[in-house]
Amino acid sequence: MPPRTNADVGGMGHSIKRKEDPRFIRGQGRYVDDIQLPGMLYLDIVRSPFAHARIKSINTERALKVPGVLAVITGETLEKYNLHWMPTLMSDTQMVLPTEKVMYQAQEVAGVIATDRYSAADGVDAVDVDYDPLPVVVDPFKALEPGAPVLRTDKKDKKDNRIFHWEVGNRQATDEAFAGADVTVKQDIYLPRIHVASIETCGCVADFDRVSGKLTVYMTTQAPHAIRTVVALVAGHVGLSEEKIRIISPDIGGGFGGKVPVYPGYVIAIAASVVIGKPVKWIEDRMENLQADSFARDYHIKAELAAKKDGTMTALRIKTVADHGYADAAANPSKFPAGLFSICTGSYDLKNAFAEVDGVYTNKPPGGIAYRCSFRVTEAAHAIERMVDVLAQELKMDPADLRFKNFIPPEKFPYRSALGWEYDSGNYPAALKKAMEKIGYTDLRKEQAEKRRRGELMGIGISSFTEIVGAGPSKHFDILGIKMFDSCEIRVHPTGKATARFGTKSQGQGHETTYAQIIAEELGIPAAHIAVEEGDTDTAPYGLGTYASRSTPTAGAAGAIAARKIRDKAKKIAAHLLEVSEDDLEWEPGKFSVRGAPQKAKTIQEIALAAYTNHPQGMEAGLEAVNYYDPPNLTFPFGSYIAVVDIDRGTGAVKIRRFVAVDDCGNIINPMIVDGQIHGGLTMGMAPALFEEISYDEAGNIQGGSFMDYLVPTAMETPRWETDKTVTPSPHHPLGAKGVGESATVGAPPAIANAVVDALAHLGVRHIDIPITPEKVWNILREKGVAE
Amino acid sequence: MATHTIRVTINGTPYERAVESRLLLVHFLRDDLRLTGTHIGCDTTHCGACAVIVDGEPVKSCTVLAVQADGSDIRTVEGLEQDGKLHPIQEGFWQEHGLQCGYCTPGMMMTSVALLGRNPNPSEPDIRHAISGNLCRCTGYLNIVKSIQYAAAQLR
Repeated sequence: MPPRTNADVGGMGHSIKRKEDPRFIRGQGRYVDDIQLPGMLYLDIVRSPFAHARIKSINTERALKVPGVLAVITGETLEKYNLHWMPTLMSDTQMVLPTEKVMYQAQEVAGVIATDRYSAADGVDAVDVDYDPLPVVVDPFKALEPGAPVLRTDKKDKKDNRIFHWEVGNRQATDEAFAGADVTVKQDIYLPRIHVASIETCGCVADFDRVSGKLTVYMTTQAPHAIRTVVALVAGHVGLSEEKIRIISPDIGGGFGGKVPVYPGYVIAIAASVVIGKPVKWIEDRMENLQADSFARDYHIKAELAAKKDGTMTALRIKTVADHGYADAAANPSKFPAGLFSICTGSYDLKNAFAEVDGVYTNKPPGGIAYRCSFRVTEAAHAIERMVDVLAQELKMDPADLRFKNFIPPEKFPYRSALGWEYDSGNYPAALKKAMEKIGYTDLRKEQAEKRRRGELMGIGISSFTEIVGAGPSKHFDILGIKMFDSCEIRVHPTGKATARFGTKSQGQGHETTYAQIIAEELGIPAAHIAVEEGDTDTAPYGLGTYASRSTPTAGAAGAIAARKIRDKAKKIAAHLLEVSEDDLEWEPGKFSVRGAPQKAKTIQEIALAAYTNHPQGMEAGLEAVNYYDPPNLTFPFGSYIAVVDIDRGTGAVKIRRFVAVDDCGNIINPMIVDGQIHGGLTMGMAPALFEEISYDEAGNIQGGSFMDYLVPTAMETPRWETDKTVTPSPHHPLGAKGVGESATVGAPPAIANAVVDALAHLGVRHIDIPITPEKVWNILREKGVAE
Repeated sequence: MATHTIRVTINGTPYERAVESRLLLVHFLRDDLRLTGTHIGCDTTHCGACAVIVDGEPVKSCTVLAVQADGSDIRTVEGLEQDGKLHPIQEGFWQEHGLQCGYCTPGMMMTSVALLGRNPNPSEPDIRHAISGNLCRCTGYLNIVKSIQYAAAQLR
């Protein structure tokens, strides 16, 4: 569909260049660590070398003698203000600083405040902590065994390490479907602990003004308003009242979910600034970032799929143990302890399904956040997409044929899934067909057969995923009770230019451009004339922030609705100026004209001026509107990905030869930006599929807590992504759009894993857990006697 | 802590400053001179967010002491634009959507400028190899490669 606006206006469908780029390409972005305030002090943090230990003593004497060190803050210091514990976003509790024991390696033990960052680091080295090690629980299955040490001794009635048991679906009907099935397959699938590793780490500058009593915090946060409310709830009793708290999220160097939680470092910096009365900066280094910030995944999944002989899938049963570390510090909507894992029926018309998840405490960093995905959707998509391939292998069917046989047919949308979601729109066969044509699927299968005869290892993997994004409808979605709406406020100025503020916060997604395009589409004001602002709680309307691909589905919709309110008022002003009835007016982007007399017209700019200079009697002056958008449903983006891999029989290395991604995110605002989001998402999908993992030894020591071992892909490993699209608009979103920033992270891992397994399937390989490292593949090749 | 006086030229401007022995070049640039376009992303010389050009060579400024830079000619992202005209690499990153969050961008551009200085006509594998010490988490590198090709074409 061609754009409705011309290129000068730059509404939806135009690949306009990003409005934020001029500052970034000049090195003039303003990230948290770029902020330097007069008299600013630095915080550095003492961290535990043990995964579980009682703290016998903390001696700060030597540290306080270090030149430049002003103070050492411990749990005892914070306990005086009752600030030593804080709530997590999942209503669990988490230590800011410990008073009794540490629960994971790299846990914050004390904060050193100094005049510069080097002195603060010296001070950290000089704090003497005496620990008494305690038994460490690393394995979540062992944590659930009777007799396992109970970790959360701070919770009086807690007798075991189970955080929650959650289930969804019809257990009995599913069990019956399995009992009566022709074929069943079963597979254990582990999605390891990984880390978003945004290139900017986390940090803040806390600036408490003793005279006004106002606290300003510049913070690497994806959700500034929610943070403001959390700070007010945690520290209200020491006088930090919400109207005196200003959270500013400046330019953010990547978020991906890792900048949603509240980390102890933020709280220590705030407490220090309040107590000392000077600005305090805390910037974590990379090792702290990888070792202590919220992790993602760590899902131990047992999946089963039942089918008829002809391949018709009849039931899905999943049992999962979720390792949350020592606290449930996920950032899910409150009513969803396992996030949106119940999207695990995926793109398939499954009549019966049942899923259960047990959350478990272990001696590891807290978390359970997303890794560029909407609350456990990647885990769900990986489970179902792997299982479809396991079933195809069992039935000796082509995995594409099995998918076509079981897709929810396009005519069944809106579709009610067995686990309770109403999928808004989709056309799954069209996307897979397009991907197969683009990659030349039939020829690739022929090539593979020939190569197998020659002993070469080549695999083709498909993933036809469905996402669930844009949380969410207030009936079901809240965080700490705050409903998950989002917001936009537009002010059209007398000269026809506009300022628009949103409750979300871009971390690279390009909101300053795409939000301007939404308003340009609705009002015809050129996107170049619309300034988009986010991330300052003193100026932006309240919103829940940017994560889980929710910005376009919620705040983007709010932008469209606010613009339409302005258009409604503009119409009244136009009728007044043209001396006609509103019913006689027609709208085209940028102007109202009189029906049948198109030369009689008023542009939006003329109307804007009139709103301040010549508005109708009885009407309020000005041209502004606010909308808090409560979405009626989530949006369900989808796609079909095909990966082709070659495996080196000498080293076990997997090379992605080609990767075709066909995505459908409904109507597109800026095709260039959508493509960019998909490229990045694919790379963050490949990363855990082949490289990234954070693991622990039996003593709870992190293995791979720096970029030496945590392998973020470089340009060398990353293939030349091939993208394409289908367009199936969302029927309920005002612009027909869906979220897109995370589709590829969700869809890519199973495509790659399926391709590698496919390359080895004729040797009897049915499953490999990600990351599929050369070592894992090489061991399989040796076991099967085909290593070179 | 001992201090030393160093003389460096940065983006054409000479500076003379007393610095602590252990001060990293990246902190000298960012905290002392307030040239904050050069970023910090890791502690292990892997991410390249801190890359600057020292005497024509791309260098990770988090792994060089300021005193080691004494006498050198340094170029940072702030020195790319000349007389209000963007450098072709800046144009390239903007035109080809070679950046998203912008955090790795200055280091990525400085590494690219150094590459184009020694190889005006790099192939795609040359480009990917040259930027393999610069991590980007947002773009998947494809548009960064195109941005560098754009700049190469402009500079030829």
